Amino acid sequence: MSTEALLGFAVAGTFVLYALFGGADFGGGVWDLLAFGPRKAEQRALIAQAMGPIWEVNHVWLIVGLVLLFSGFPRAFAALSVALHVPLTLLLLGIVFRGTAFTFRTYDTRGDLVERRWGVVFSVASLVAPLLLGMCVGAVASGDIRMEGHVVVSGFFAPWTRPFPIAVGLLALGLFAFLAAVYLTHEAGSPELREDFRRRALVTGAGVFVLAATVLVLTRDGAPRVWAGLLHSPFALALHAATAVAAVTAFALLGLRHFRAARVAAAFQVGLIVLGWAASQHPYLVEPDLTLQNSAAAPEVQRLLIVALCVGVAVVVPSLVFFFRVFRPRPPGATPPAHA
Amino acid sequence: MTDLLFARAQMGLSLAFHIVFAAAGVALPVLMVLSDLKARRTQDADYRLLSQKLAKGTAILFAVGAVSGTALSFELGLLWPEFMGRYGAVIGLPFSLEGVAFFTEAIFLGIYLYGRERVSPGLHLFSGIMVAVSGASSAFFVTLVNVFMNDPTGFTHTAAGPVDIQPVVAMFSPGWQYETVHVIVSCYQASAFAMAGLHAFILLRHPGAAFHRKALSVALPLACVTALLQPLVGDLSAKHVARAQPVKLAAMEGQFETEVGAPLRLGGLPDVKSGTVRGAVDIPKGLSVLAFGDPNAEVRGLNEFPRDEWPPVAKVHVAFQVMVGTGSVMALLALVTLVHRWRKKAWPHAGALLRAWLWAGPLGLVALEAGWLVTEWGRQPWILRGVMRTSDAVTPVPHLSAPFFTFTLVYLFLGVTVLFVLSRQVAGTLPGQRDAHVH
Repeated sequence: MSTEALLGFAVAGTFVLYALFGGADFGGGVWDLLAFGPRKAEQRALIAQAMGPIWEVNHVWLIVGLVLLFSGFPRAFAALSVALHVPLTLLLLGIVFRGTAFTFRTYDTRGDLVERRWGVVFSVASLVAPLLLGMCVGAVASGDIRMEGHVVVSGFFAPWTRPFPIAVGLLALGLFAFLAAVYLTHEAGSPELREDFRRRALVTGAGVFVLAATVLVLTRDGAPRVWAGLLHSPFALALHAATAVAAVTAFALLGLRHFRAARVAAAFQVGLIVLGWAASQHPYLVEPDLTLQNSAAAPEVQRLLIVALCVGVAVVVPSLVFFFRVFRPRPPGATPPAHA
Repeated sequence: MTDLLFARAQMGLSLAFHIVFAAAGVALPVLMVLSDLKARRTQDADYRLLSQKLAKGTAILFAVGAVSGTALSFELGLLWPEFMGRYGAVIGLPFSLEGVAFFTEAIFLGIYLYGRERVSPGLHLFSGIMVAVSGASSAFFVTLVNVFMNDPTGFTHTAAGPVDIQPVVAMFSPGWQYETVHVIVSCYQASAFAMAGLHAFILLRHPGAAFHRKALSVALPLACVTALLQPLVGDLSAKHVARAQPVKLAAMEGQFETEVGAPLRLGGLPDVKSGTVRGAVDIPKGLSVLAFGDPNAEVRGLNEFPRDEWPPVAKVHVAFQVMVGTGSVMALLALVTLVHRWRKKAWPHAGALLRAWLWAGPLGLVALEAGWLVTEWGRQPWILRGVMRTSDAVTPVPHLSAPFFTFTLVYLFLGVTVLFVLSRQVAGTLPGQRDAHVH
């Protein structure tokens, strides 16, 4: 594997991890907004408890992906920053309000109007951010971002406001909500709460099927290269087939109430979708002008980045393992954690 | 205003906002661990509560720092795509390592905040120490990027962009040791002064509040040590600037003509048209001594350099005076306080000295912002000194006033909100309202 392919894989890997962890946090915000029924307060408390210690950690995957992109493929980063200036700025506002509102609500618990308002800001921002993130991904996948030399010529709105990117935005939102609901079934402290999120997961899962089918139909005109990959690249096809298997498995496991396993299957489903996107546009970063090869930094820079990546893995992975051991979900009926 | 100016204003605003929270994210974990250690040693519930309150403060400020830092990493591309497209590869290494430090800071802060009952006391303390170490590391790595922008090395400059890139050389561009220490100390100093000012304020209103006396005894040692250390570090940093970035030094000091035995100009307002500094107090040969350690050293003036390579002289000079002025006041206060501590065997907890600490509370942050303005304004018109002009790096996206005003409103709103949330936290510790519920 060439170093630029390795770095490209690392960028895709951080996007997968951001979707699996950061994405689920956005999904948590969506369920906070949509909390209803007799256990409305418990649902929100569970989401806050699940996100509290970890949302900032999950958020770092985005930063790492961004840094790898601008260090490893600076030209692509520059082009995307210009072409997607507007949705990325809006995404930033979503990220800023989601994080701060969640924190203010967590640490300013008075049960008053102020706290409830922060809850609304947090959950609305959690809904808007994935939508914009998906629209940016859709715009990149569509191949509608065009350049002449270093200059972006496709406009600041057109590539991300077409039906295909909008459908991808909705799919991202649906996937994150689905993922959060599945994770929460495993973390719920009572059987009733578990059922609440199981029902939500099943309904959203069905919604995701519809959205995925819509995206697929729109791909033909909206993202021709992805469509061609579907038809002609055996590797991309295998990835998409594996995604379908994971999706059906997640659904079946939810039906059978095997929550732990359902969580793994749902994570596979979402991870494979992100990888499927990356595989179907390989080797392009901005089609058809920038590829992994022609936008990559000099080889010695790439080698050093891979060394830095290894250092990062050596430091971060043991820390994360320790973290997840500390915050293992406790089975229903166990002593609740002191901070709850 | 032009789009270039709006882009610079947005970047400047984002940095000015972020830097406050970043400094807190570096320093509060240290204060939190120090209180934790005191609580363990003395078995005093007040120190335990203090460490928990500081942990909450860290959580709130770190969260705002994390999201405003994310905004900055996007804004590098959103506002300066040409800079990132050409030099992203050169400065990627320190940014990547900062990412690693950010990761460990977030991981161990999560454990420290939420894992108190889930891990052993030893591991809990270890997590706190990891937060403090990670915070300092990320400040170190991100400052290296600024050092590189001030004095870029580690590549060969060509019209088509950098070639022969050596990222490790670029990462340790000249002067890195001074600027990184200067910045890290300023984070500790600004936070310790703010904390001391806050508790001085409460003690002046509630003289008997034991909790706040103890809190002051945690903040004051760090405040005093950093306030006395900083002038020494700053002096080394300025000596380096004098050698390596003479234009910046000339702007900082309002030195228009090259001069042997140049005076130190305190205060005053440089006038670019007449090439003079009005209203300054001159200390004969002061600048030559401070910058080069020799009363007859030659200091190069702005007139030796092309006019279109001058930074905004008045702004740089005034910002530098503010930084040095506030730094001197803080050092003096630290000295007086240490003498008081040595003679009375206790930290001040009433009277004029306490009032002085109240008024000195914001000075650390003022000096931090002013110092950052000196380095940024002092580098203009370059984004990468001598290599790329800021005007060549800016995005072609039009209507940059829109994101600028949006972020201005957002950051104003968030700044006010943070003050509101923190004051509600502090209110819970006032005598008679002790808030026993801790997170």
